[in-house]
Amino acid sequence: MGSTSAQHNEGLGRRDLIKRSAALGLIAVPTMSFLSACASGSGDSGDDKVEKGEKTEKNPLAVNGSAPLEIVIFDGGFGTKYAEDARDVYKKTYPEAQIKFSATQKIQSVLQPRFNGGTPPDLIDNSGAQQMDMGVLVGKKQLTDLTPLLDAPSIDDPAKTVRDTLRPGIVEMGQFDGDPVWMLYYAYTVYGVWYSQTALDKLDATYPETWDDMLALCAKAKKQGIAGWTYPGKHPYYIPFSLYPFIGKIGGVEVLNAIDNLEPKAWEHPAVKAAFEAYYELYAKGYILKGTPGLDHRGSQGAWARGKALFIPNGSWVENEEAAIIPKDFKLSVGAPSSLDSSDKLPFGTIWASGGEPFIVPAKAKNPAGGMEQLRIMLSEASSKSFTSNTKSLSAFNGGTDGLELSDGLKSGVAALDKAGTNVVNPRLQDWYVKLQKEQIGVAALGEMMAGRATPAETIKKIQAFADATAKDQSIKHFRHQ
Amino acid sequence: MQHGKYRFIVGFLAVPMALYVILVIWPFIQSIYYSFTDWTGLSPDFTMVGFDNYAKMLDDDIFWKSLQHSVLLAVLLPLVTLGLALFFAFMLNVGGRRRKGAAITGVRGSGFYKIAYFFPQVLSIAIVAILFQFAFDPAQGMINGTLKAVGFTDVPDWLGDPKLALWVIMAVLVWCTTGFFVVLFSAGMASIPKDFYEAALLDGASRFTTFFRITLPLLWDTVQSGWVYMGILALGAEGFAIVHIMSVGPGGPDYSTTVLPLYVYQSAFRDGQAAYATTIGVALLLVTLAFAALVMRVGRRERLEF
Repeated sequence: MGSTSAQHNEGLGRRDLIKRSAALGLIAVPTMSFLSACASGSGDSGDDKVEKGEKTEKNPLAVNGSAPLEIVIFDGGFGTKYAEDARDVYKKTYPEAQIKFSATQKIQSVLQPRFNGGTPPDLIDNSGAQQMDMGVLVGKKQLTDLTPLLDAPSIDDPAKTVRDTLRPGIVEMGQFDGDPVWMLYYAYTVYGVWYSQTALDKLDATYPETWDDMLALCAKAKKQGIAGWTYPGKHPYYIPFSLYPFIGKIGGVEVLNAIDNLEPKAWEHPAVKAAFEAYYELYAKGYILKGTPGLDHRGSQGAWARGKALFIPNGSWVENEEAAIIPKDFKLSVGAPSSLDSSDKLPFGTIWASGGEPFIVPAKAKNPAGGMEQLRIMLSEASSKSFTSNTKSLSAFNGGTDGLELSDGLKSGVAALDKAGTNVVNPRLQDWYVKLQKEQIGVAALGEMMAGRATPAETIKKIQAFADATAKDQSIKHFRHQ
Repeated sequence: MQHGKYRFIVGFLAVPMALYVILVIWPFIQSIYYSFTDWTGLSPDFTMVGFDNYAKMLDDDIFWKSLQHSVLLAVLLPLVTLGLALFFAFMLNVGGRRRKGAAITGVRGSGFYKIAYFFPQVLSIAIVAILFQFAFDPAQGMINGTLKAVGFTDVPDWLGDPKLALWVIMAVLVWCTTGFFVVLFSAGMASIPKDFYEAALLDGASRFTTFFRITLPLLWDTVQSGWVYMGILALGAEGFAIVHIMSVGPGGPDYSTTVLPLYVYQSAFRDGQAAYATTIGVALLLVTLAFAALVMRVGRRERLEF
């Protein structure tokens, strides 16, 4: 009898052994071990910063020109060309510096272990679907205060500080609690209702400035087999891009601030109800493109670009993202939310515009001065122009569009900002409370309402409950408008 | 001949066991430890918080929903997948009409079917998910296109509809796992002595009887292992991948497809709550262990030797 056969002994049999160990292994591997793979490191390696360089007029941040610099860029709708251009400028200024430049779509999976281990890069574009939670980063003191950068003279005009050259709201957006500025939003995004002027011309219409006109136009389009609206049904957190400024327009900025501050009953404000009911009417009257709840962002944007729907709530990146399929004669334009009625608190033209692409310098970066200097270069007029011409988007640098030939969407965005004047709103839920905004309000509440599976009243109740739960949850860091 | 047997086995197992302890058991213990902290995953600092995470979990509706979906997957998927695979494997190996020279044979073209069934197994789960995402696209997808072509006007939203989404996901999982078990069971059936079948045929047994009296009992060990394997796939990696890639949100619409591993992933890598994620991971571990123990226990029967 062979010694590995167990048919006639007690105890360990070959099959039993294999079966048991297989079962154990199968249970173990997929369940948990992946979590501990990123178990926290020692974290004391953060103090070995590079030596400071000499502070001069040309080098106000005292960059050590021979110290290595590491940059990680999110490779998304804007690509990486603009950041590479700025990197080349840094290289020219400090030829001795070794620059490690990388681009990824998976910011969190690439960088989370490095934050944990205390060896993050010097400059990060923390953006995209895998953005690291800003609230946690700020709460756990993982970021460098960028105030020295803002107070440094700008590249183009030493008489002006970097702070003076930024668009309104950019500095405030980088502040989470009090004075320090934790992040610098580099892109400037205009959110709103995006449409094709050509499509409206064909219907003999202009952009509807009142909600009644909006409904009338949708009815007209429906007769020709064109839907009024579509939205990324798989990511319904795009709906707020036009819905939130609509709420702000109806009820005033205080309503949006109360929502951001997670105040009790903030969502029960009549302005919220009015805005929700108006949007729900789009569903009820059949003005939403069929199948929208199952479309992702590319699918819905594609249907819209091919003329199946007139309007889509979106941000100014859509022009670059869909550049390949938007027809030449599309005349891409952005509209501010239509007026609900004459009692609206803010005038027509009120729009949501705010920073995008948040750049951060980690607290444990080895060369924080280098990271900030790189940002200073990016905020020069030349770099800003490179960004705008490469991405068809505005940057945080105020101006820098002179002499550039602007694309249709960009031109319309600049015009919309001009029209809005000071009536620019900036709801913060999407950078303060990612889960609440995207998953709970977006997918679970607004997505259901716009698919016609929940009434506005039910939706408001649901969102208020989510907001209350977020306010109560002590493991989430809470912020307030200052 | 038996002396030294254990030394022999230990000699061979020492290295794998050591690897197993370091790479599998130790991370388990670490995970359980982290579930008692407030570790964010984005910073190396944390403090002990006792059972806070567990209290939060028991009070968390989304956790209960994910658990419900995960358990549903673990129960239903093996049932459907293994049932189909057994049927197909039986037809491919034993179910054919009697032909000259062979007492038992598969249906005509069984060689081709075997490849066709196994094909999905060759594709990565991510590719399968993306392909089906296109197929179920409500506007341009193949499925609604076909439905419209044969005259349906009111086509479903599939993944956009909370009543259908989880079923769509289950259907895809069945599609991509059945083939593996067809081949596995085919191999098992090939080792069943042919004379059993010949004897049964001489006695005039029907195909139905042959299956339940000969094939299934002799294949029982394989079926049981397959059951555990399939359940763990459903609770773990495959369930996660499909839901994450295909479903709205992901995990929606309205939390209709969220499963435990997805919730672990989102808590750890989106919400910066790694400690809470390990807590859900511990719950997932318990569910998986309970599942495996249950299947082993319920499925235990006398082993037939041949």
